[in-house]
Amino acid sequence: MSAEPILELKDVHSGYGSIKALKGISLKAYPGEILAIIGANGAGKSTTLMTICGIVHPDQGEIFYKGKKINKIPAQKLPPMGLCQVPEGRRIFPRLTVEENLILGAFYRNDRAGIDKDMEHVYSLFPILKERSRQQGGTLSGGEQQMLALARALMTKPEVLLLDEPSLGLAPIIVQSIFDIIADINKNSDTTIILVEQNANLALQTAQRGYVLETGRITLEDDAESLLNNADIRKAYLGE
Amino acid sequence: MRQEYKKIWKNYAVGMAWLLGLLWPMLGIHPDGTLTFHRTLTVWLYIFAGSLICVLFYITKKSRILSGVTDPLVNGAGKLSDISKALPTSVWMVLLFVFLLVYPLVNGRYAIDVAISVLLYVCLGMGLNIVVGLAGMLDLGYIAFYGVGAYTYALLNVAYGLSFWLCLPLAGCFACIAGCLVGYPTLNMRGDYLAIVTMGFGEITRIVLNNWMSLTNGPNGILGIKPISILIPTFHNTMSFETFWVKKLNVLYYFVLILAVISVIAVTRLRNSRIGRAWESIREDETAAELMGVNTFRYKLLAYAVGAVFAGLAGAFFAARMRFVSPESFTFIESCMVLCMVVLGGMGSIPGIVLGVIVLIALPEVFRQFALYRMLVFGAAMIIIMLFKPDGLIPAKRLKIQAQYEKKGETDTNVS
Ligand SMILES: Nc1ncnc2c1ncn2[C@@H]1O[C@H](COP(=O)(O)OP(=O)(O)O)[C@@H](O)[C@H]1O
Ligand SMILES: [Mg+2]
Repeated sequence: MSAEPILELKDVHSGYGSIKALKGISLKAYPGEILAIIGANGAGKSTTLMTICGIVHPDQGEIFYKGKKINKIPAQKLPPMGLCQVPEGRRIFPRLTVEENLILGAFYRNDRAGIDKDMEHVYSLFPILKERSRQQGGTLSGGEQQMLALARALMTKPEVLLLDEPSLGLAPIIVQSIFDIIADINKNSDTTIILVEQNANLALQTAQRGYVLETGRITLEDDAESLLNNADIRKAYLGE
Repeated sequence: MRQEYKKIWKNYAVGMAWLLGLLWPMLGIHPDGTLTFHRTLTVWLYIFAGSLICVLFYITKKSRILSGVTDPLVNGAGKLSDISKALPTSVWMVLLFVFLLVYPLVNGRYAIDVAISVLLYVCLGMGLNIVVGLAGMLDLGYIAFYGVGAYTYALLNVAYGLSFWLCLPLAGCFACIAGCLVGYPTLNMRGDYLAIVTMGFGEITRIVLNNWMSLTNGPNGILGIKPISILIPTFHNTMSFETFWVKKLNVLYYFVLILAVISVIAVTRLRNSRIGRAWESIREDETAAELMGVNTFRYKLLAYAVGAVFAGLAGAFFAARMRFVSPESFTFIESCMVLCMVVLGGMGSIPGIVLGVIVLIALPEVFRQFALYRMLVFGAAMIIIMLFKPDGLIPAKRLKIQAQYEKKGETDTNVS
């Protein structure tokens, strides 16, 4: 693992007006790793990702991406820099076709050949999407929509991919196949992945390191295996 | 089957009772306090008889009692649609084009006048479709930009004698600026809030036009606007140009037709472009669009600006056709009408909107015979359309993007 983090948050405070959802978050993500952020409902996991992506603006603190401060950079400039999020609840474009959804992932790009190549690539990762390419996104099943959301994000050619609860509302067998693909993406294209999950068990099995978030604060940071074996964590998040 | 009929009759009975309850306060209560039932009952009986026939027809068709008569008819209709499918779209386009070209030659003044209205509203519908249908922003003050365009030409022509062709781009420009002015402060609003604020802007525009006596002559409007002029070369001794005033409706028709055709083509092309995709992504999910790198701020402002340009251009033509403008033409109900055309036709669907315009302009004309009850019948017709066609007359088909992906896909599966 290289010493320089690709993404770093330093004492970030953020929230929605008077609601302070993040009360000083510091974390580092290193190139090529899978990093898990686990925490209960309302802990501030989604807010953390939205703050990184510039949708929610931090009140205080700094966010660095590849050594560059990105606090003030508008959200739409981040995908071209290689930072992309798959938001909670998938949020695909329901009345656009699968293909249009994917093309929108490549919105900032204008390398026709590259887009075509990546399109083939995501279709090979998710063959079901190719079968459904003319169908409206909203008519897909939950698992297929999650695949589409993931594929759409891949079309931005991310170097850091933020995933917000990819297992939400899906059957265990589909969750497993999606996590396998996530691990593949990480391995094959060296994409750094930040995985936000309530399903702590699965997240920590996939990740190399993890942070535990509680009501807007980081309470624990360790490698994934230690977290899995930590008695407190097992009690609080793994239902033991 | 029996159950089903029972349900139909029950619904029908409830519907007729409801209609009676609706009709009586309108027809039976008189200003002097007397209550009558006679007129309500006559009107109600007429409607009852008419709808009963429809229901009976529906049931016979369902139960196939008259299948000996209806089947050949259905088959015939099927054959007709087969024939229409057999002809390629280009043939239909040519036929439509010929129809549009000869329309003023074979029709009278009144029919041409209605057609010009339809064409102007097609242009408005196309513009509003960008804002509402594509970008998904509910704009209830859209007619203001039409007003800006109309007054731009009216004022510049009357005060400075500027010609139509010089004022036309200016009308587009000013409407565009107005679009940005309205758009900018409302960019962070969504849904119902946006609708209210745009409605406010629309009313502000109308009130300004109404009260700025020194400039707009207030409610009296501006008279004496020159029609469209064209320069025609003449060859008496030397070549010179003669100004020809387009006063005749049938000549004006062709100019407005060109405007409408251009706006239809422009919106079709915009819709299939990168910009159109950005607009649609904003309509679907603004945050997700932003996460995918769409500059939502810029594209929403662009939607307002481009939408307003179409209204501004149509407005200039409107002023040149009426040769008179007054604030009365730009009331809230006009905004509603354009919105109805877009929604009724099928939001985002271009042929749908054209049909929606035709229906909403032509129906009130057809219903003239109902005199007093014209708008009532019109409203009922709209409700019926929305009941039976909730997605609009011609719902938007999803675009078929680049067939090449599919072809490549086939070869891939063969290899693997
Ligand atoms: N749009 C919003 N407006 C106001 N408060 C919000 C909004 N979204 C989230 N919150 C609040 O911020 C806190 C953190 O929420 P969130 O980041 O969604 O948690 P998590 O993703 O960990 O479940 C919660 O208390 C939640 O109520
Ligand atoms: Mg969340």
